[in-house]
Amino acid sequence: MPIPTPFHDRTSKLCTSYRWTDWAGYYSVCSYNLPNDSEYYAIRHAAGLIDITPLFKYEITGSDAAAFLSRVMARDIKTIHIGQAAYCCWCDDDGKIIDDGTVFRLDEDRFRVHAAEPMLAWFSQFKRGFDVAVTDITETIAAVSIQGPTSRDILKQLTDIDMDSLAYFRVAAAKLDGLDAHISRSGYTGDLGYEIWVKNAAALPLWDALMSAGNPYLLKPAGLDVLDITRIEAGLILNGVDFHNAAHCLIESQKSTPIELGLGWTVDLDREPFSGQRALKAEQISGSRHALVGLELDWDEQEALYAKHGLPVQVSAAAWRMGMPVYDRQGSRQIGKATSGTWSPILKKNLALASVKNEYAQPGTKLKIEYTVEYQRETVAAVVAPMPFYTPEHKKT
Amino acid sequence: MMIQMTQIAPPIRNSVPTQTFDAIIVGGGHNGLVCAAYLAKAGKKVLVLEQRHILGGAASSDEIFPGFTFSVYSYVVSLFRPHIVRELGLTRHGYQVIPLECTFTPFPDGESLTRCGDPEATRREIARFSPHDAEIAPRFSMAMTKMASFIKHIIDAPAPDPASLRIGEIAKLLGLGRRFKKLDADDRYLFTKLMTMSAAEFLDLWFESDRLKGPISVSGIIGTYLGVRSPGTAYVLLHHYMGEIDGAFRSWGLSKGGTGGVSLACARAARSFGAEIRTEAPVEQILIKEGSAAGVVVKGGYEIKSKTVISAADTHQTFFKMVGEQHLNNDFVRQLKRFKYRGSSAKVNLAVDCLPEFSCKPGGGPHLKGDITIAPGVDYLEKAYDDAKYGNFSKKPFLDIVIPSLTDPTVAPPGKHVISIFVQYAPYHLKEGAAHWPEKRQALGDTVIDTLAEYCPNLKETILHRQVVTPWDLEQDVGLTEGNIFQGELSLEQLGPFRPVAGWSRYRTPINNLWMCGSCVHPGGGIMGAPGELAAKSILKS
Repeated sequence: MPIPTPFHDRTSKLCTSYRWTDWAGYYSVCSYNLPNDSEYYAIRHAAGLIDITPLFKYEITGSDAAAFLSRVMARDIKTIHIGQAAYCCWCDDDGKIIDDGTVFRLDEDRFRVHAAEPMLAWFSQFKRGFDVAVTDITETIAAVSIQGPTSRDILKQLTDIDMDSLAYFRVAAAKLDGLDAHISRSGYTGDLGYEIWVKNAAALPLWDALMSAGNPYLLKPAGLDVLDITRIEAGLILNGVDFHNAAHCLIESQKSTPIELGLGWTVDLDREPFSGQRALKAEQISGSRHALVGLELDWDEQEALYAKHGLPVQVSAAAWRMGMPVYDRQGSRQIGKATSGTWSPILKKNLALASVKNEYAQPGTKLKIEYTVEYQRETVAAVVAPMPFYTPEHKKT
Repeated sequence: MMIQMTQIAPPIRNSVPTQTFDAIIVGGGHNGLVCAAYLAKAGKKVLVLEQRHILGGAASSDEIFPGFTFSVYSYVVSLFRPHIVRELGLTRHGYQVIPLECTFTPFPDGESLTRCGDPEATRREIARFSPHDAEIAPRFSMAMTKMASFIKHIIDAPAPDPASLRIGEIAKLLGLGRRFKKLDADDRYLFTKLMTMSAAEFLDLWFESDRLKGPISVSGIIGTYLGVRSPGTAYVLLHHYMGEIDGAFRSWGLSKGGTGGVSLACARAARSFGAEIRTEAPVEQILIKEGSAAGVVVKGGYEIKSKTVISAADTHQTFFKMVGEQHLNNDFVRQLKRFKYRGSSAKVNLAVDCLPEFSCKPGGGPHLKGDITIAPGVDYLEKAYDDAKYGNFSKKPFLDIVIPSLTDPTVAPPGKHVISIFVQYAPYHLKEGAAHWPEKRQALGDTVIDTLAEYCPNLKETILHRQVVTPWDLEQDVGLTEGNIFQGELSLEQLGPFRPVAGWSRYRTPINNLWMCGSCVHPGGGIMGAPGELAAKSILKS
């Protein structure tokens, strides 16, 4: 049975829909309201507050912490400066991805790693020979994500640090309404946004301070359902949906490499050994088999499929993740799979994230995707789009 | 806002274009801009001339009070055609519409009705007044959705001409007939009733509770000089049901940054395709040479030549002010003069320093984030019309209120709000004469505030600034003749092939190379963009 997060006392009162899910053993809100589109629009036009406590969190300390993490991660963590946050992934010996997450360098010899799955054992197997300690702090740290264009203005009311100088993917220790916190400019929505990390005891005062300061800025609590929409719009992949931890895969075809997932930019190949390096170097030379792409579905074809049944197009209010075959332009050969997708209210398009054979990955390539209307299997045209789908100017400014 | 505007559309005095254009569009409202974007996308050399310092016409946003951006005239978006958004790539240019969460109707006896996107909550809410109506309401919506999807084909194409014997026209009518035949018999009868009945009578077919009929019926009268019991208003009800957001009929939304956001997105799209846009460029005359439009004369004496002139202004402005009767035949002039404008609505825009609190539902909440309707019953609305019939504004007007700053933080400073109040009836033709509106303006404002304050006792002390826009102001400021928000009443006899003049509903005019693309042509008004789009497509086809 799931357990409550330290914010539960507040979130449970606000969750009028009673729609909860189990996220890594914690009760997490799917949506606070019914319907939940106001939560989506809060993130895109004002700000949304999301409880992200269930993320797995590790503190890595010791004089070799940077070298150790560089051994574990595909990214060269030694090059990460103090106060920098880095998006990373880590692989098995065959270069197959285990998980992805963020790494914060809090000090010369102190890091935080955030992961989707428990990683204490995985990280610990690389400790030998390094002066490093890996501590699981998952259950002692509570975290919220505040995402959206007014998020910075809200935090400015509460913090003692200069929010304007906290750049994209930077992290700082701060007093937030008197509470000790780490504030990172990061998130899972592709919008301007921050994640705030505090000790459990500070969770409720943090929530109250944010909600109160956020009220004039139209801050709303937001659930995981709309987070799923925004992360697809932002082209961000999800462990367990768009890729799978290689350690959990029974067959090879379920595994993928960072390069195949579009995370090649996080892989620093030419350096001292790290887990998966040899395989990834080989992949760099021989080329990848698959590529992760964004697809935009052709509206006119969707409309025509519905019109056949005398229906107007129905767009789903929620993201989907049940998986869909993707075919070549003629629809004659399956060349990949779409792993998740959503109607994007802000772009007015049906979007999907898909893994396709490498030769079909160029933006502009025309493909087909399975599409079911009135229980009839059909296909509609989809075009490979440049990623991310949605990237507002204010994200990085 | 202003910096942005001069970047997109500099004033004409900064640089007067000297070249000959393929098309000059008179009026930079949303339809003119949509038309410009389509023509420019097709490679035409296009110039848009807007008389005001900002774009958008009646779909514009303006910072009337420092820090507060008002959707000065039109205030909600729903009819804007989704395919225009796609074809012009408007989301890339800032088109963002945030759906309204619910409809809230307070009643004088301290009761209220909130209808929202949660069907069960709405059913329970209606059932407090009528369990029967609670069950019927979804069936009514379903029927209206069916009607709307039938009518959608009519609004997304030029109106078929019933008087023409051309094969193409007959085929169009047959196509329409075939779609009509596809409706089942009950729906065909229903459609006929919709086309002939009054909104109030049509709702009587479904509902028993006046508390539901009041707020639903108002969609039948918005912008018309008719009452909810006037025949023909049931169709207008449907016109307002056709709004689509993301494929869902009957959804209304707020444009980010005010309704001017839609116009600016259209302007940016037009610019990206190469169109030029100039503000502060009122067109005084459309040049006619040998029966053909040849260009325009802009105030200040600037003459600009063009192969085609397309007017986004209404028929009165276009033909009587810019073209001149001498260029038109008598029959056309006679018909134009019969085209009814007779505006009947006004706007009151407020800047407030805190949220209004409704005594029937104290505190904030989702009910404030939707459409707030002061339409407590059919009699109330008909009485409001009674005043208007004899040339007075309503002593107890129908009000349609939105508070955009509750969903869009860009329109007011943090914690403060803008309130947009649509007011009906405020007839253009006052019994003293329309020119008396300026002296009645504040009295209308007071009546509106007094009416709303009966439900929100704290309203008056929260007001930082009040702007009253009468039908007279609509005519003076944005050139809407007689202050009609749809550039001509949306009554049945002025729709489809009859809009604006029988035989001239296809965007052409009797003057060669002079076309029309405003709301006065099919399919009419509302922030829809369809007249602009259909005009452009017709021009490109010719």
